[in-house]
Amino acid sequence: MNRAALNRGMLNRGMLNRVMLNGAALGVLAVSVFPVYWMVITAFKPTVDILTETPAFWPARPTLDHFATAVGAAGFWTFWRNSLAVTVSAVLLALAVALPSAFAVARLRWSGRRGFLLMVFVAQTAPWSALLVPVYIIARDADMLDRLPTLTLVYFVTTLPFTIVTLRGFIAGVPRELEEAALMDGCGRAEAFRRVVLPLLAPGLMSTSLFGFITAWNEFAFANALMIKDQGDRTLPIWLSGFGNVFGIDWGATMAAATLFMLPVLLVFLVLQRRVSAGMIAGAVKG
Amino acid sequence: MARTLARTAARPAPLIGAGTRRKGAFWPYLLVAPALAGFACLLVYPLARSVVISFQHFRLGELIRGGADFAGLANYAEALGGPEFWGVVRRTFLWTAANVVLIMVISTAVALMLPRLGRRMRLAVMSGMVLTWATPVLAAATIFQWLFQSRLGVVNWLLAGLGFDSFRDYTWFAHGGATFAILVALVVWQSVPFAALTLYAGLTTIPGELYEAARIDGAGSWQVFGRVTFPILRPLFGLITSLEVIWVFTCFAQIWAISKGGPGGATATLPVYAFQIAQSLHRYDLGSAVSTLTVLMLLAVLVVHLRRMFREENA
Repeated sequence: MNRAALNRGMLNRGMLNRVMLNGAALGVLAVSVFPVYWMVITAFKPTVDILTETPAFWPARPTLDHFATAVGAAGFWTFWRNSLAVTVSAVLLALAVALPSAFAVARLRWSGRRGFLLMVFVAQTAPWSALLVPVYIIARDADMLDRLPTLTLVYFVTTLPFTIVTLRGFIAGVPRELEEAALMDGCGRAEAFRRVVLPLLAPGLMSTSLFGFITAWNEFAFANALMIKDQGDRTLPIWLSGFGNVFGIDWGATMAAATLFMLPVLLVFLVLQRRVSAGMIAGAVKG
Repeated sequence: MARTLARTAARPAPLIGAGTRRKGAFWPYLLVAPALAGFACLLVYPLARSVVISFQHFRLGELIRGGADFAGLANYAEALGGPEFWGVVRRTFLWTAANVVLIMVISTAVALMLPRLGRRMRLAVMSGMVLTWATPVLAAATIFQWLFQSRLGVVNWLLAGLGFDSFRDYTWFAHGGATFAILVALVVWQSVPFAALTLYAGLTTIPGELYEAARIDGAGSWQVFGRVTFPILRPLFGLITSLEVIWVFTCFAQIWAISKGGPGGATATLPVYAFQIAQSLHRYDLGSAVSTLTVLMLLAVLVVHLRRMFREENA
């Protein structure tokens, strides 16, 4: 076999590999995107086009009717407000509690530090679904069932371990020298923290709280177990899980509701995209 | 000695006087006190309460009146003695194994594929996976119910179009096995992005020279993976597998939202089963016993896994 033929053979094999590789990539892309695409498409399709035997893969006549139905459904804005209130308060509480702890772990030496860290890591992987029953009973005894602050507390503690671990990483990333310089200049410890560390921590606080936001916004199990009687205290995931009762078999409205529910999370993810992977890894590995 | 030196070096210079140093003794504990209180009240206390209830006679009456009698090991005996529990245990292990194996195999394949793609294709695939990842659990559960809807679902239309005529109007959610399969598909679909992107991030840290050296030594693709990539990333693989085991084993939201453990208990894994008996039968004692057993089993699985990893690491 001469050299040219050999080269051509390798070229062909290379091209075949290329084609197969890109085919596989397209397959992965299709499988990851299609369900979300289908949700959005269904939400924009007029009901006639949803109820056909042969589904249309492109909205020929897009309509906002289903969004109007979803937004107009009883309690939609209440649930939206509940979700937002619970999520934001839980995240703020977690930040306020985690910040001093993260500082103590990152900057101070004290006996019990390793033990505390270990506890945080264990808490991070706590099997929360096994706590549904006792939390229900405790909330009932404390007359806290059907009340949003209960959910706030639960979400606060589920996001707390993660918040401590990531904030610890961010605080450790602020050079000590800056803080020491501030101490030299006569600042107290607290003032040095407030004036020097805190401003540098802003991006870290931002992305940590956004992660907490996603976790709390999506939470279903506890909201389902703890908000039973009072319709007015439900959050969006619970509302969405009962779409059959809300919309009957109106798939257009159901998909519009799911789209509206997903929108804030998607926005947060777009903001975070770069830090998503790195943040999860840092949170999980460092220690 | 060296250790003390390192510690003094690591510690912020004692710029502050001796007085503040004494204050430093309780300062850290004050700082972590709120977090400790949070964990104690909202994690340790419920966990302890659950264990206590599992040894009590605690049903609807006790829930309303308060006060419960000690029941010894009766709840555990009841749980472990019934055939239902062991069916649930078997199902939970099947559920965990199916999901984790699929997640790890697909994620590894995707992670290995990503660096070989062109820049644009790679970006497209990664963006697609971030989109999947960003989909809230409840939105995804709702979407999958729509995809697999019997009359108008696009999956049945596709399968019937491909010639599988038995899938025309097939009611997925009325069949145990089919519902189980959909739930596996849903969980795998949602879990692959994290695992794949994390593994890919790990892959990018491996220096290219190592691959070149392996190729020059005549290693094929499989050998490169087995001898270079996998050994280097073993800790990362171990970490991701452990996390996935925990997440899948304790998975509740997807199952409850789609099937509530049905039809006919075909998708009731341990956490779902524990919640079912507590919620619908008001057997809070038995539910707590099952929860406690769930946590113990999860710990056992993870310990076996971690020990094997540790041994391989030392071998």
